[in-house]
Amino acid sequence: MTPTLRYTTPAVALHWLVALLIFVGFPLGVYMHELPLSPVKLQLYSYHKWIGITVLLLAGVRVAWRLSHRPPPLPASIAGWQRQASAAVHGLLYLLILAIPLSGWLMSSAKGFQTVWFGVLPLPDLVGKSRELGELLEEVHEWLNYTLLALVILHVAAALKHHFIERQPFLQRMGWGKQEQS
Amino acid sequence: MKAHIYSLVGFSMLATPAAHALEYRTVLPQQSAISFETRQMGVPVAGGFKRFTTQMAFDPEKPEAASARIEIDLASIDAGSVEADDESAGKLWFNRSVYPKAVFTSSQIRALGGNRYEMRGTLTLKGKSRELIVPVSYVPGKTAATFNGTFTLKRLDFGIGEGMWADVATVANEVQVKFRIAASGK
Repeated sequence: MTPTLRYTTPAVALHWLVALLIFVGFPLGVYMHELPLSPVKLQLYSYHKWIGITVLLLAGVRVAWRLSHRPPPLPASIAGWQRQASAAVHGLLYLLILAIPLSGWLMSSAKGFQTVWFGVLPLPDLVGKSRELGELLEEVHEWLNYTLLALVILHVAAALKHHFIERQPFLQRMGWGKQEQS
Repeated sequence: MKAHIYSLVGFSMLATPAAHALEYRTVLPQQSAISFETRQMGVPVAGGFKRFTTQMAFDPEKPEAASARIEIDLASIDAGSVEADDESAGKLWFNRSVYPKAVFTSSQIRALGGNRYEMRGTLTLKGKSRELIVPVSYVPGKTAATFNGTFTLKRLDFGIGEGMWADVATVANEVQVKFRIAASGK
């Protein structure tokens, strides 16, 4: 039997859901940060935090799923260094979708604003209120996010290159278009 | 002459009322605190006031004669963040350049039994005066007593957070206020 070249349906669904949430949450974070204090700012911060905690939760599920389900093999034509780079970037992406929401959650606690998921479920403050720690975690959160941005650009560029330039069915791996068997 | 002085001292010691009849008048600011909790988008945010002065008199034997007056310097606010502290000074919130203080004056104190009291009084904030009913619990101590209480006030009753901030879905109307006033007595 030939191996399927597509990720499992739950993996595909989780990939795109997390991608969508990040594509909303990231610019929201950049935008809201610059706003003067207003009810809208408070609302946007809450939405951003709800999105982040949702990503954290889905990221946990994704990691568990990834550890228990082998991804489809890469086409034989992919060079060794590209396989290594791919593994490294995927590993870092998984790490970041866990670390970024976590750093935001900790930053909120350090700044004295508890995270209450969807305004209903209060998450524990894992660190106490501290101005220095809050500012440090803000830097960490920002730095991790720009690292994520760089890696996502690389990730998307590599997928598009394999798909359109090398004419490998790469987008199908993540559920794009109809499934192909190798 | 000496004997006379000793007898006077002895007499005054006898005349000193027993500890339970102390009247608490001297407030200890270092051991006193006023804090509050607001809710923003369902998130509890802690705050408080660092500077306030309290004049009070409380004799547990005569609670109905007790009185309290608290004056809060609104510039000493901790509203949860520097950004919120600055915002709170503005016209939509305290309008602090016109109304720099909040003043509470008690009008009536009623014993509820078991060191619990009900204090009625008037809170004047941002030019508006409203009656408040505040539960107070009295905790006697060796050198000082503490008076604790928690109550909820509605910020919009005083026009705190007007205009765009009047939407209580973002910042709740209810503000929970907590106080601890320590006082020594004679």
